[in-house]
Amino acid sequence: MSEAVLKELVASPETPGTKHFPPFKPTDELEAEATRRLAQFPDDHKRSAVLPILHHIQHHHGFISAEAIQWTADRLGIEPIKVAEVVTFYPGFRQSAPGKFHIRVCRTLSCAMGGSYELMDRLCEITGIDRSSLDPHHHPIAVSPCGTWSVEFAECLASCGTAPVCLVNDDFHEGVDADKSRQLLDQYAKA
Amino acid sequence: MSEIQYLEGKQPDPREHRMIFRNVDRVGWNPSIDRYLEDGGYEQLRKAMDMDPQVITDEVKKSGLRGRGGAGFPTGVKWGFIPPKNTKPVYLICNADESEPGTFKDRYILHQDPHQLIEGMVITCLAVGAHVAYIYIREEFPEAAKTLETAIAEAKGKNFVGKGVLGSDFDVEIHVHRGAAAYICGEETGLIESLEGKRPYPRIKPPYFPAALGLYMCPTIVNNVESLCHVKHIIGMGGDEYAKLGTPRNTGTRILCVSGDVKKPGYFEVEVGKVTMRELLYDMCGGPKDGREFKAVIPGGSSAKILRCDETFTLKGQGPDGTDKELSFWDIPMDFDSLAACGSMAGSGGVIVMDDSRKMSWVLNNINQFYAHESCGQCTPCREGSTWMRKITDRIVAGKASPRDIDILESVAHQIDGKTICAFGEACSWPVEAIIAKYRDELVADTKPENAEAALNPEAEAQRRYLQKA
Ligand SMILES: Cc1cc2nc3c(=O)[nH]c(=O)nc-3n(C[C@H](O)[C@H](O)[C@H](O)COP(=O)(O)O)c2cc1C
Ligand code: SF4
Ligand code: FES
Repeated sequence: MSEAVLKELVASPETPGTKHFPPFKPTDELEAEATRRLAQFPDDHKRSAVLPILHHIQHHHGFISAEAIQWTADRLGIEPIKVAEVVTFYPGFRQSAPGKFHIRVCRTLSCAMGGSYELMDRLCEITGIDRSSLDPHHHPIAVSPCGTWSVEFAECLASCGTAPVCLVNDDFHEGVDADKSRQLLDQYAKA
Repeated sequence: MSEIQYLEGKQPDPREHRMIFRNVDRVGWNPSIDRYLEDGGYEQLRKAMDMDPQVITDEVKKSGLRGRGGAGFPTGVKWGFIPPKNTKPVYLICNADESEPGTFKDRYILHQDPHQLIEGMVITCLAVGAHVAYIYIREEFPEAAKTLETAIAEAKGKNFVGKGVLGSDFDVEIHVHRGAAAYICGEETGLIESLEGKRPYPRIKPPYFPAALGLYMCPTIVNNVESLCHVKHIIGMGGDEYAKLGTPRNTGTRILCVSGDVKKPGYFEVEVGKVTMRELLYDMCGGPKDGREFKAVIPGGSSAKILRCDETFTLKGQGPDGTDKELSFWDIPMDFDSLAACGSMAGSGGVIVMDDSRKMSWVLNNINQFYAHESCGQCTPCREGSTWMRKITDRIVAGKASPRDIDILESVAHQIDGKTICAFGEACSWPVEAIIAKYRDELVADTKPENAEAALNPEAEAQRRYLQKA
């Protein structure tokens, strides 16, 4: 039983975004990053490097797959479950591919007052994303049918004075009223 | 100071006292070490190198600095909690998780003035005897994480960080560690667990006070970004001189972040307690939006209890000769003790303003969604309670609640408050308790479907459509 539960826990269902990300494969670059990060912690606390290693993997592969969990566990000399429990807890880690451009819209109070729910509505309208069947309470990611875009609600991004705000991949955008949605997406569509 | 120019449209208000934010939005400024050195950077570190560690701590104690991360705990006193006979390594952690809704100050230090933070951290390491420090930065600040990595490399290049700092025998390394989008990583013991590579489940205090049993069960000092920056200035001007800024027991400057329904939201660095709510919201933020009136203010991040703009407070024993003093909402000075006396808190400095277009049921629902999403799930009252509170306000907003729901909501909040491992329990129940205490009639009225239907603004409408899809 436990084996099946574990398999499901680390499964990565395909999404339209999968095609934009190379499947996980250990690279020299990843190995170098792991070595650099491990040097930042005492030898008997290798586990501390788990977040930085997972960030590196997610940055290059879009999400954390079962293979990535296994590799990380082996590299740190810990049980795979100890990596899996981290991946499943933190909203910052994904277990399936987002779109090529992942948009995180802040939904917390000041941004909501500034119109961030309307921004989300408009972005979905333009990109053809249907969030209606999603459970609104877990901030699931929704990917557009073409795989170019994905959206997710984020909690306060610490820029409440310039609401509404969002992140597109690693780029921060402020004062993004719903009317500016098209403009925002165009910046990336051309890229 | 007069020669400093600020970017067009970002000039500080004349009532501001820019110290920590001196270089934020400054014309000709950049985060490089050369620019920082041109401006007299790292002079305070040089000064601190010649001081006895105990003297540095004493200066910080004298300054009266209180933590800017939320709890307002005296920084020098905290440093003094490291066990005197300690033989284990000591760690310093800079809390750069900045995730309390309404707070947006550390962001600008991290992006624009990283060396100010690094200098403050190295001085703090000298004081507490730490040779390794971590900056735990929220994952949603990817640019800032890069800026910090670069700045640390620059500082190592000039020997302000690394082996034998400035030719002494003092070694210090600083590492940047990114979180992964979980609010609870801002709580210091949750942060420590996260830094150990685990789920960020907060630890129970006692016994796990970080200053004694922190990272890897070693003494660990956790301080907020802004607090650590203040340390540099305290060394620069001396603790006594610093303590002249602000008001007694509420010394120095602090950055107030104003968001929501004001004409000019933004950040303002002021002497603590030297501006009132009226000056802040009318004079500095330009007052309410046209045709609107101020309704309520959350004064210290979303966990702080809400205040009504038409409230008057009775401060016990604070008048002349120990009599009671009456204080109207608008006359509250923005400091730790006054806001606490009014039943709320200065918290993280995040001031969220709501005008008369906002329904309190909608505001509370938004806040409840935040806490329901962010509870770490360790304690039953918090895990279940935060979700119940969210579900009840979901119902109110959807027009499907009954007046009895308000009582249930209140009772759930009371069953969380004070009964959990970490202060998140209070953080999630205080907004509920305060909004019910102050807006019960409005909430009860909202439980009538026709009232909940009558949304006052399009933002609330959009959120409700979204919830109804659920
Ligand atoms: C739920 C919760 C969230 C917190 N989030 C933050 C945060 O994002 N940033 C921060 O500096 N402190 C945060 N704190 C406060 C820290 O636990 C800690 O008190 C603080 O970092 C100490 O620094 P200071 O003494 O310099 O204020 C939070 C506390 C709680 C209970
Ligand atoms: S109070 Fe809430 S957030 Fe804090 S430890 Fe308990 S469940 Fe976790
Ligand atoms: S509420 Fe959106 S950035 Fe704070």
